[in-house]
Amino acid sequence: MNLLGKLNWNAIPFDQPIIMGASGGMVLVIVLILSWVTLKGYVPYLWREWLTSVDHKRIGIMYIILALIMLLRGFADALMMRGQQAVAAGGAQGYLPPEHFDQIFSAHGTIMIFFMAMPFVIGMMNFVVPLQLGVRDMAFPTLNSVALGLTASGILLTNISLAVGEFSKAGWVAYPPLSELQFSPGVGVDYYLWALQISGVGTLMTGINFVATILKTRAPGMSYMRMPVFCWTSLAANLLIVAAFPVLTATLAMLLLDRYLGFHFFTTDGQGNAMMYVNLFWVWGHPEVYILVLPAFGIFSEVVSTFSGKPLFGYRSMVAATMAICVLSFVVWLHHFFTMGAGANVNGFFGVMTMIIAVPTGVKVFNWLFTMYGGRIRFTVPILWSIGFMVTFVIGGMTGVLMAVPPADFQLHNSLFLIAHFHNVIIGGTVFGLMAGYNYWFPKAFGFKLDERWGRVSFWCWLVGFYVAFMPLYALGLMGMTRRMQHYDVASWQPWLVVAAVGVVIILVGIVSQVIQLVVSIRDREQLKVTADPWNGRTLEWATASPPAAWNFAVLPQVTDLDALWNKKQRERTQAQPPKERKFEPIEVPKNSATGFITAFFAVVSGFAMIWHIWWMAGAGAIGLFLTMLAFAFRDEEEIEIPAEQVARFEQANQAEIAV
Amino acid sequence: MRYGLLAVVLIGAATLGGCTEGVLDPKGPIALAERQILLNALGIMLAIVIPVILATIGVAFWFRASNERARYRPNFAYSGRLEVLVWSIPAMTVFLVGGVAWVGSHDLSPRKLIVSTVKPLRVQVASLDWKWLFIYPDEGVASVNYLAIPVGTPVSFELTSSGVMNSFFVPQLGSQIYTMAGMITHLHLQADHAGSYRGMSAQFSGEGFADMYFNVESVAPDKFAEWVDAARNVGVELNGRTYAELAKPSASVAPFTYRSVAPGLFDKIRVSEMQSDDAMCRSYPTSMRAEK
Repeated sequence: MNLLGKLNWNAIPFDQPIIMGASGGMVLVIVLILSWVTLKGYVPYLWREWLTSVDHKRIGIMYIILALIMLLRGFADALMMRGQQAVAAGGAQGYLPPEHFDQIFSAHGTIMIFFMAMPFVIGMMNFVVPLQLGVRDMAFPTLNSVALGLTASGILLTNISLAVGEFSKAGWVAYPPLSELQFSPGVGVDYYLWALQISGVGTLMTGINFVATILKTRAPGMSYMRMPVFCWTSLAANLLIVAAFPVLTATLAMLLLDRYLGFHFFTTDGQGNAMMYVNLFWVWGHPEVYILVLPAFGIFSEVVSTFSGKPLFGYRSMVAATMAICVLSFVVWLHHFFTMGAGANVNGFFGVMTMIIAVPTGVKVFNWLFTMYGGRIRFTVPILWSIGFMVTFVIGGMTGVLMAVPPADFQLHNSLFLIAHFHNVIIGGTVFGLMAGYNYWFPKAFGFKLDERWGRVSFWCWLVGFYVAFMPLYALGLMGMTRRMQHYDVASWQPWLVVAAVGVVIILVGIVSQVIQLVVSIRDREQLKVTADPWNGRTLEWATASPPAAWNFAVLPQVTDLDALWNKKQRERTQAQPPKERKFEPIEVPKNSATGFITAFFAVVSGFAMIWHIWWMAGAGAIGLFLTMLAFAFRDEEEIEIPAEQVARFEQANQAEIAV
Repeated sequence: MRYGLLAVVLIGAATLGGCTEGVLDPKGPIALAERQILLNALGIMLAIVIPVILATIGVAFWFRASNERARYRPNFAYSGRLEVLVWSIPAMTVFLVGGVAWVGSHDLSPRKLIVSTVKPLRVQVASLDWKWLFIYPDEGVASVNYLAIPVGTPVSFELTSSGVMNSFFVPQLGSQIYTMAGMITHLHLQADHAGSYRGMSAQFSGEGFADMYFNVESVAPDKFAEWVDAARNVGVELNGRTYAELAKPSASVAPFTYRSVAPGLFDKIRVSEMQSDDAMCRSYPTSMRAEK
């Protein structure tokens, strides 16, 4: 038996200049950053304050940093695909052979869904939800850190596949039989499967953590009907995670059994049935769409209401709509494969259910509209993203309902019309929402605002670029162009694809502007400095200092109504109150833990070993994981006490904090 | 925000631009009905979507903070009447489109026979890596990457796959349907006009996927009979041996025909006997599993 399993020097594609350039660049950047950090002596600081931190705010920020880096990676894939399709017309083969092109679109989808959108959404919830709930941390702080570690492990494995071996060539949905050993004998699908299995466990932990936090640890007085809408949408999204992710894990586990132990769940022989995979995948996959978009809806609700200077219109309606979407998202999955040969009743049922889910979504759009109605709208960057979303999302929603009509889907399924549709809702919904949230909560996280001017430039480039890039795809779908084509024979498609490529370049300008925005804002941070409540906010996160202390709230807020902070501010304005003598008590905060980092290390070791069939190493990693868990279970102390004087000192230094 | 409008205009332009080919240029009853459904559903929704887009832009602009004339109503957060309106507008839209979906799903079910006085032509379709095999069981011939059909005649397809999943799709004739190993899907299409239409796989199936397209030639019935006669006189028989040859992965295969077809061959492809059988039929190198 080979000590290194299937791993040998052939795994590194020395003959592929594009791949070697990309992975060489990636390795170089990592080495440069690591040596800079080491030389500057930042390692202890990073270890103490970030890598071992169990503070939900720090964890949230690390999630978002991961997501932004993966946005760049996934976007680089998008640029390459659009470039390829812009040139590979007629007899031309473009610059990417199928071998490479197939990996790129598989990686693009996998990365953007699992390693960009998911960590971004989870990071946003991590940072905001406990602050909005008026509590000091998550229900399980160390579990939170482990979840981050596992997500990072999945990301690392995916990126290792660039340099060592290959990534999946079976698309981000990895339908068998194509993803079975018979048709994909390489390690690509194994990279895909193990990366998703490991990060999927992390996501499930996050889901459990948030459900527990939101249901059990709210500030005194915060009943369900006083919870900010973002907390409601986060609750719905995490209920979906808890219900849906085990399905994905089980489905991928069956595919792993097929590939590793010769099972026949989805194979073409031995009574295997690939249709089962397709069903199970989308039983997870459709709720996943709402896991991504519901928190974005929550962000828009907060942003629209704050910058209109008004409470959210129809709060109860909003909550009802959110929970309706949460439930209905489990009865629409079949619309992803109307073309698999189901009968008319089945297709009809799922088509109609899909449309019914559009009702609560439509209600939300109207409610945002009426929130702006009668407001005093300040056109900051977050509200620009929100209005851009409202306009873009209704178009995406409309094309979605169009494809929910089974006969229409028979024509549009798997075409570029579909690609245009889901980018229309994921970019126009989730990404715009995350960008709004990023600009909105950045001052809370770091104590200074992001530069407005570059923010606007980036927004307009994204918006215009989106339309230029994806409207041609709607047209191409109607013209009969299907997805995932490395080259094509129909010359009349090319002009549209060239326009789409131009659109992606405009989005690139938007992304570059965002990088510049960040750099400029860090440079000018003294001028951009803010106090606790820079936007005249309505919810409790704006009652803490910017950035908040590790314990969030020196005194837990007493909540008496919805929009707790806003109403408090109104009351204080109308009736001047004598300054209260504030007494501080010692606060217990969870102690740092290296558990998350060590778990991530062993998860990467095990995952990598399983991919390359290095059984001894996989076993060693598994033992390491078990021992880590054991060590954590037998810990002596889990909290440290912050003395009252330290709390008082911090509160004095941040006078701006408003006691609620 | 005006780009929202631009988007609508662009969709419109795309609609016009796409008229020369693809799903908006139907050549048969199924595709025609599907285009009608597409346009109906689009029309119903545009009636609500366009006003919403305009209202969003209008409200956002009018209630800008600098507009002195706009009335600030900081406590306007609930209105029973508006709530009813807000729930009923999408509900009614969905009621209409849902009706279209339900009825359309039954009328245009891929399994539904096309009502016609003409006897349907049977065609058995198998997707292979990476080409299409069309067997005409009643005529006893077969073709690769080329589908000849008589104009005005319903065509009953039975479809399967040699391994990987594909989707059989001729946009100008109508519905697509998956082809899957081990099972048969059904589809009924018809061409009302003579002509040449692009067909393809609409489900990614691996390395040679981009070249997995074929021509559908819709010709007058007598021309079709001539084609069948001609096919009977050239090429070899499609049997276990020639099929194994064909099933080896290859792309961009130029169209050709088989003079006859061994009985029961399609069923053998369906039950995947042809690939798990033995080394000769196995189209892929022995798997890693076997190596171990």
